[in-house]
Amino acid sequence: MTTTNTNAIERYRNNFLKEVEANVEEGHMVKMCMQCGVCAGSCPLGPAWQHSPQKIFMMIRAGKRDEVLGSDSMFMCTSCYNCMVRCPRQLPITHIMHGLANYAHRLGLAPKGQPTREFATLFWNNLAKKGRVNELMLTLQHYFRGGLVSGIREAMAMQSIGLGMFKAKRINPMEIFGGHGVKDLKGFHAIIAKAKEIEDRKKGFTA
Amino acid sequence: MNAPATPVTPKYAAYICSGCGIGDAMKVGQLENIAKKEGKMALVKSHPFLCNAEGVQTIRDDIANEQVTHVCIAACSRRAKTEAFQFDGVALSRANLREGVLWVVAAGKEHDEVRQEMAADYVRMGCAEVKKMKQPAGNAKESSSKRILVVGGGMSGMTAALEIADAGYEAVIVEKTGALGGMAAKLWKRQPFKTPYSAAQEVGAGETAAKVAANPLIKVHLNSTIAETSGAPGRFTIKVAQESGTVTEETVGAIVQATGFTTYDLAKLPELGGGQPNVVDQAGLEALAKQANGGAIKRADGKDVKSVVFVQCAGQRDTTGQHLSYCSGHCCGTSIKQAMYFKDQNPDVDTVVMYQDLRVPGMGEDFYRSAQERGVIFTKGKASKVAGGDSCAVTFKDLILDEENTIAADLVVLATGQVPNAGVDLEAWNPVVTAAEGGDEAAKAQRIVMHDSSVLKLNYRQGPDVPQFKHGFADSHFICFPYETRRTGIYAAGPVRRPMDMLQATDDATGAALKAIQAVENAALGRAAHPRSGDLSFPTARLEGCTQCKRCTVECPFGAIDEDEKRFPVFNEERCRRCGTCMGACPVRVISFENYSVDTVGSQVKAVEVPEEDEEKPRILVLACENDAYPALDMAGMARMNYSAFVRVIPVRCLGSVNTIWITDALNGGYDGVMMMGCKKGDDYQCHFVKGSELAHYRMSKIGDTLKQMGLEPERVVTQEVAITDNARVVKLINDYVAELDKLGPSPMKGFG
Repeated sequence: MTTTNTNAIERYRNNFLKEVEANVEEGHMVKMCMQCGVCAGSCPLGPAWQHSPQKIFMMIRAGKRDEVLGSDSMFMCTSCYNCMVRCPRQLPITHIMHGLANYAHRLGLAPKGQPTREFATLFWNNLAKKGRVNELMLTLQHYFRGGLVSGIREAMAMQSIGLGMFKAKRINPMEIFGGHGVKDLKGFHAIIAKAKEIEDRKKGFTA
Repeated sequence: MNAPATPVTPKYAAYICSGCGIGDAMKVGQLENIAKKEGKMALVKSHPFLCNAEGVQTIRDDIANEQVTHVCIAACSRRAKTEAFQFDGVALSRANLREGVLWVVAAGKEHDEVRQEMAADYVRMGCAEVKKMKQPAGNAKESSSKRILVVGGGMSGMTAALEIADAGYEAVIVEKTGALGGMAAKLWKRQPFKTPYSAAQEVGAGETAAKVAANPLIKVHLNSTIAETSGAPGRFTIKVAQESGTVTEETVGAIVQATGFTTYDLAKLPELGGGQPNVVDQAGLEALAKQANGGAIKRADGKDVKSVVFVQCAGQRDTTGQHLSYCSGHCCGTSIKQAMYFKDQNPDVDTVVMYQDLRVPGMGEDFYRSAQERGVIFTKGKASKVAGGDSCAVTFKDLILDEENTIAADLVVLATGQVPNAGVDLEAWNPVVTAAEGGDEAAKAQRIVMHDSSVLKLNYRQGPDVPQFKHGFADSHFICFPYETRRTGIYAAGPVRRPMDMLQATDDATGAALKAIQAVENAALGRAAHPRSGDLSFPTARLEGCTQCKRCTVECPFGAIDEDEKRFPVFNEERCRRCGTCMGACPVRVISFENYSVDTVGSQVKAVEVPEEDEEKPRILVLACENDAYPALDMAGMARMNYSAFVRVIPVRCLGSVNTIWITDALNGGYDGVMMMGCKKGDDYQCHFVKGSELAHYRMSKIGDTLKQMGLEPERVVTQEVAITDNARVVKLINDYVAELDKLGPSPMKGFG
């Protein structure tokens, strides 16, 4: 990770905008922002972010690499698409936000312990294992992310919901033994590996 | 003129229309009697549909067979059915029974009495007015010149001359320098002015200059300035002084002033690096681009440019009072264009446009987007300091991230503004002249210096150039009458009247050229220019009564009146816009128009029947400007809004024409109050005669003493500013004022009149 990061810094010198254009999904649209601030004003989570999309775009153009890639803002996006439908310059803001989050995550620069980032990682690892989400395991892993004591406390707090889901057959306790997967598990893993290889190649990550 | 010669004995006729419901709501027979007995009309007729062919023919027949010379039509507003009620050679007054009575007085029997009284008064007023009117014959001139002078040979001037020539008129260009082209000739490329709006386009100044040179209708004086302008529209005499000293004379009918702008002095911006070798203004960058001739733009010292920062609003939109306070409009687009010079040649050059508010009028948004696509970086920030050296350091406040920052650049381009070349500021000129005439030697020397800096060198009483508005730009109303200056027959085009880019300047030149053509045609026919275009009346003065007080010569908003050696006013009819401001100013009331005078309005004021105090029917005189207030009142009628039936409205040409005698006459006659409605005055004026409303307000601010002498409260005279869209507001103003006067009680002057 660190080597990729160093490589990126070396390759683009100070030109963070070019780096974003090359490596971030829809990054080539960042330069088209006209700083009107409609996105910042439209975001329902606006006050909860470190930086609004408007500021993120300005920071990219100002070359503030560490601040942008270390910002929690992109992880706070709930994908409501309000900014995107309102943007007068038709920037795909939501997509750029996710692209930036992904890029920061892969470079290892994203904020540590950011809940959205952690849960997304958990979700992906869970899914990538068998091609299906093991909901029981995902829930348990999430509850116990902070250790045994807090995990039990959290699980106890949610027990009535859990029991309800169990009665309604929305959750299967047998999933604790590994759960079910897709039919062609080998094929599925090959697909994921190939996709990662392509993406790494495109974005300049060394495998 | 084809108008029949005026018969020796005047014969007055009144026609009352009972159509549109007038006959149902009012007793027309009684109105006929009033016109006959009180109005002393020789012929009185009523008609159920006066504006139809048969009704109009009745009037025509009477004019032909009964030798009627003066016609009073009591029907709709004077603004309606103007084409039907147009009779050549006949004086015409209109009593407004429809918009002024029928539609504004509340319906219902209980209002019959006041409605009828209002209608009767308007008939009396119409009859009284027409008896004081003369039909203006006009003053056509055979020898009027239709050539047009264009001052300045830049893009605006050349365009104006070509447009004039294309319309078949002769143009004369006077250009100070040795070549046509002006500022445009110094540009490498121009902002896109035709599709596609994505890249800079060729300027074409050379081609335009060649077209001008080849046009047989255009005469060009290079290396020349104006030594003197005298005369009036249709008969201007211009002394053109060559650099060599020879003076030639040109006779022209109108003038287009396209003297453009000067760039703001860089030396006044030392904090932004003005004066440093690697800091240029936009004109300086154009020079570097011309030098590069399509290759890589290099600095003056020959070094390559790898990074360039464009600082917008340099010395503009300044709030400290040191620099230009306005936005010059073109500079954002110009910087975008110049950033593209670099990017198109070498995409690796870093170009940053540092703006506070990016303003790209017209199709500039496409151009802006195109620059972003090419990788020009736009940073919203305010530069505070440019430090020199081989690499400049621009310190700025980032307005998005809210922090101080610094960027390094090989070259810094400052977007400085446009300073108009409008000549002498008359506000500064007049005190100098007064001091010089008082014998002050320093003022005499200064007067010469100022006169030398004049562009037009008019020999007008009010000064040598067109009056300026704000920031030294020639006064012209930017929406309603953009090219009109306050000197009739002189039209401003391009950046001399407001900051603008080249496309706007060429549009402007076309507009001004057409206005100049109108002016020469109107002058030849003896007709007024905008806004009373076509008016044939003009002011005359009984000089034997004149006290040489100079109020008319000083206050005329258009500088139409000069003074002779004995300080008597000399009226220049072709320069006059017929607003009547001189008539309102005259303390001895010797100035009048044939169809508009102190008497035509004064007799209407006196014609109104003022009820006795115990009848509890107040009378309020409303003097309404015919340009905005009177239409607003008409529209209130069309919308069937009701206002008090106690008001009597008289339209005036401009509040500036209101003579205080009308007000004292009204108050002496027992009116309870006088309300004046004129246009908005001040910096964002809407007055069609620019200064009329302002002068009226000033005069009325002094009327308090007169009222005190009469033992009246100051509230009895009020002045209101209204716009043409204020139809609901005028109703409220009237009704509120009637209520206020009701509280004040009846005028103590009642019964003495």
